[in-house]
Amino acid sequence: MIDTGSTGGAVRLRPPRHRVSRRALPWWGCRAVGEVLVVLAGMLLAAWWFSLWRELFLPLLVVAVLGCCYVVVMPWWRYRVHRWETTESAVYTASGWISREWRVAPMSRIQTVDTARGPLQRVFGLSSVTVTTASAAGPLSIDGLDHRVAAELAELLTRTTQATPGDAT
Amino acid sequence: MSGSETDRVEHEEHPGRQDLSCWQRLSPRSVLASSGMLAVPLLTALVLRVSTSEDPTRGLFEAAGLLAVAVLVVASAWWRWFFTRFRVTEQRFELRQGNVARSFRSIPRERIRSVDLTAPVLHRVLGLSVVRIGTGQRSEGDSELRLDALSTPRAELLRELLLRKEPATSDTEGRGAAPRTETRSGVELAAMRPSWYGYSTLTASLLLVTWTALASALSSLSDLLRAFGATSWVLERLPHTTEQALSGGALWVGVLVLLGVLLLGGWLGALVISVEMWWGFRLTLENEHTLRVRRGLLTTRAVSLEKRRLRGVELAEPLLLRAARGGRLGAVATGLESGASASGDNKALLPPAPRRVATRIGAEVLDGRVGFPPGERLRGHPRAALRRRMARAGLVVGGVLAAGTTAPLLGPLPWWFPPVTAALVAVPAVLFARDAYRSLGHALCGEFLVTRWGTGVRRTVLLQRDAIIGWRLRQSPLQRLSGVLTLAATTAAGNGCYAIRDVDGARGVEFAERAVPGLLAPFLERRDSEDTTPTGGERTAPSGE
Repeated sequence: MIDTGSTGGAVRLRPPRHRVSRRALPWWGCRAVGEVLVVLAGMLLAAWWFSLWRELFLPLLVVAVLGCCYVVVMPWWRYRVHRWETTESAVYTASGWISREWRVAPMSRIQTVDTARGPLQRVFGLSSVTVTTASAAGPLSIDGLDHRVAAELAELLTRTTQATPGDAT
Repeated sequence: MSGSETDRVEHEEHPGRQDLSCWQRLSPRSVLASSGMLAVPLLTALVLRVSTSEDPTRGLFEAAGLLAVAVLVVASAWWRWFFTRFRVTEQRFELRQGNVARSFRSIPRERIRSVDLTAPVLHRVLGLSVVRIGTGQRSEGDSELRLDALSTPRAELLRELLLRKEPATSDTEGRGAAPRTETRSGVELAAMRPSWYGYSTLTASLLLVTWTALASALSSLSDLLRAFGATSWVLERLPHTTEQALSGGALWVGVLVLLGVLLLGGWLGALVISVEMWWGFRLTLENEHTLRVRRGLLTTRAVSLEKRRLRGVELAEPLLLRAARGGRLGAVATGLESGASASGDNKALLPPAPRRVATRIGAEVLDGRVGFPPGERLRGHPRAALRRRMARAGLVVGGVLAAGTTAPLLGPLPWWFPPVTAALVAVPAVLFARDAYRSLGHALCGEFLVTRWGTGVRRTVLLQRDAIIGWRLRQSPLQRLSGVLTLAATTAAGNGCYAIRDVDGARGVEFAERAVPGLLAPFLERRDSEDTTPTGGERTAPSGE
């Protein structure tokens, strides 16, 4: 499914082994609905304020249709892409939907492991695990994990990184 | 700090001794230095106000207001000085600041990555230096400790003490006092040559800086002239001269002269700036472990860099500089903040200099572990990368064409205007695209990963493979279509991330695995055919789909 190169090379990166929780689907869906509603509300407000109903009708329709597609398609697509895996030596994540990103960080270079739960994530019983390294390229983050799985993962990572020597740079 | 602790501080303070393990104050002169920058203009304004004001009482009120501000500035500087203390214990560097809003920061000495000395003009006159201590911890918001200011000899002493790397545990108490002689003698790797100022002026950003400075100076000059009623005097005489000039049909000459003056002025200004920046530049190897860069005419800067923090070098070649076969050498190191404009230039190892020199010094600071430049051995990128760049150029040309065709709606334009402008844009766009493609390259050179990219500024980065702390692979849908991806090595040094753009997917992954053996291996699978269903290799289980 995830293919990092289509020109017949001999090696490729396989997708990480674990999927995120299925409850991430409604979570992503809710977020998408929120985003689309914000855009629509802005346009409606503009149409009402400047009384531009006729001019903005078509754009509103287009945004509404595209928004519906986005809400329906994006969570499934993300669910197919978002994956994670840990081994004794490294953390491996895949994320994105249209554009994709794969991140690998060795255990010996991990600085902190955090779990975070936003209000919406809490509703669906989800958690995010964020793994920081010393790099300015940003942390690895696994969103939409079942909160128990996330807690276990964070604990496992913390234990493993503590056992691994090195100053993380 | 509690009262008793404060007493102890007072008690322990030995103004004469240079033992930094007790609580130390900053130099008292720093009050002058930090308030002087504000107080001097204020006082000038004060004098001007009083002398030029027509209404004496109003002038006096304004003067009193300004004076109050000046006093406030001095008082706050004194306040800051009075409540700032630091000390260097065996394990840690500690800094206390403030009384109302207190702060206490304590960092382990082994985390200190760089100690930089800067002396702006006023500080230099007073014999002071600002000490910046970098820890290179990015997770903390404010990773830099700043001591503003110490007397220069004490600042030097502190720098030497903090950057000396013996095992801290086995050492004795008062090693701050022992002056060391061998650190004084540095091996000079490079020193400024007059011709290098010329290279330095070829950096376009310097030209821009001078132009903006000139513009603002001119506008304030015209304000001043208007204030003294000189404008009318000039305006009275100006029409005659301009009329004469224009009547001579010399408009084009005038424009050319103006352009020439602008260019020459910009160039001269850039020269002045580069002289200020790079005067007395010296790159020295202080001892086995520390590189030191010293430079500056008015503001002197001294940046120390531990060699074990140096994880690579970067050769930047802006377009003009590249045309003159020059380049700028920078360090890729942990603990040097990047991005912040104030300290953005502290990673410079060399001023803009001939490429030959830059590459030689680059190889030398890396202890000759790699032949630099590795340009000939770089592996090029697939044709898809060229197609992507050409497509981008095509987009730009298309945009210009579209803008050109809609422009007649706004006003009458000849029919040939859109195609001609598009053609004029197309030539450089295609050339840039081709150059961008030819710049792309990557390789493994011994213990280094090399990547090169860019056309406006071509950058060649050598990054130690040990310093790679992870990979980031990105693929946009269009990249996916052409089977390429952007592979980036994440690192704690430099920018934090160095990308190899538009590399062939399979080869990129293979390359990453060769660069850091074992990191990607558990996540790779062999693939013999073109089919896209994952099949378990000998090292990997089926991915559970």
